Amino acid sequence: METIPLTWYIALSTVLFFLGAAGVLLRKNIVIMLMSVELMLNAVNINLLAFSYYLDDMRGQIFAIFTITVAAAEVAVALGILIALIKRRNTVDIDQIDTMKG
Amino acid sequence: MEQLFFIGFAFMAVVAAVGVISLRNPVHGALSLIVCLLQVAAIFVLLRSPFLAVVQVFIYVGAVMVLFLFAVMVVDLRRVELESPFNARGIFAYILAPIAVIEIFAVIFVSKSFDAFTTVATLPTKIETLARVLFTEYLFPFEIVSVLLLVAMVAAIVMTLKKGRS
Repeated sequence: METIPLTWYIALSTVLFFLGAAGVLLRKNIVIMLMSVELMLNAVNINLLAFSYYLDDMRGQIFAIFTITVAAAEVAVALGILIALIKRRNTVDIDQIDTMKG
Repeated sequence: MEQLFFIGFAFMAVVAAVGVISLRNPVHGALSLIVCLLQVAAIFVLLRSPFLAVVQVFIYVGAVMVLFLFAVMVVDLRRVELESPFNARGIFAYILAPIAVIEIFAVIFVSKSFDAFTTVATLPTKIETLARVLFTEYLFPFEIVSVLLLVAMVAAIVMTLKKGRS
């Protein structure tokens, strides 16, 4: 049985990371920007687990668990902010949320 | 055989990720992201980490994405105008981003940095080994992260409270 080269996993995680970055940079809807951040965090997790597997080390998986936990906390706080923001400003367009713009 | 599975999962994941960043309706985007996360969970199984795959399905698909869908549906996006899928914000992004992508792929495929990692893992894939490391060597970070989750929960509740009801 042929094994999968490590480069394939790294390539996949790179593609997903750049798609997430493109989503954050190109979209104006704040909900989709948050989802793109989730996509980037997932790409990082793939990388961690791939190196954990190929280096024969458990620490990558431990780190991925912590990443998932922090991502869950981040989403809870971000969606709280989002709902408060939409109640107050009634928009999800980040170009209209410019109170702190210098 | 394993390579075939990897190609299938990776292709679906990338297609779903393109859907996330290009679909107009945030509900469709969230559903697309669920598909992407499930494919990534399958890739975690290929990487011999079944616990992480289960955690991915439970926490990301089960909790995070349901929270996203709730938030999107509570907001009532018909009031909020739907934007055009892409906006041109600066020409530099369109020039620099492809260069960065090409650079990183050159590092991955042209350089031979990653060819050394060809050994097949010998660690047991049992969850017991993972738990043993997590609850001995990494007990302190584990506790810190649980406190962080508690703080995030309190913050999320406080933020959505009505004003004047302290």
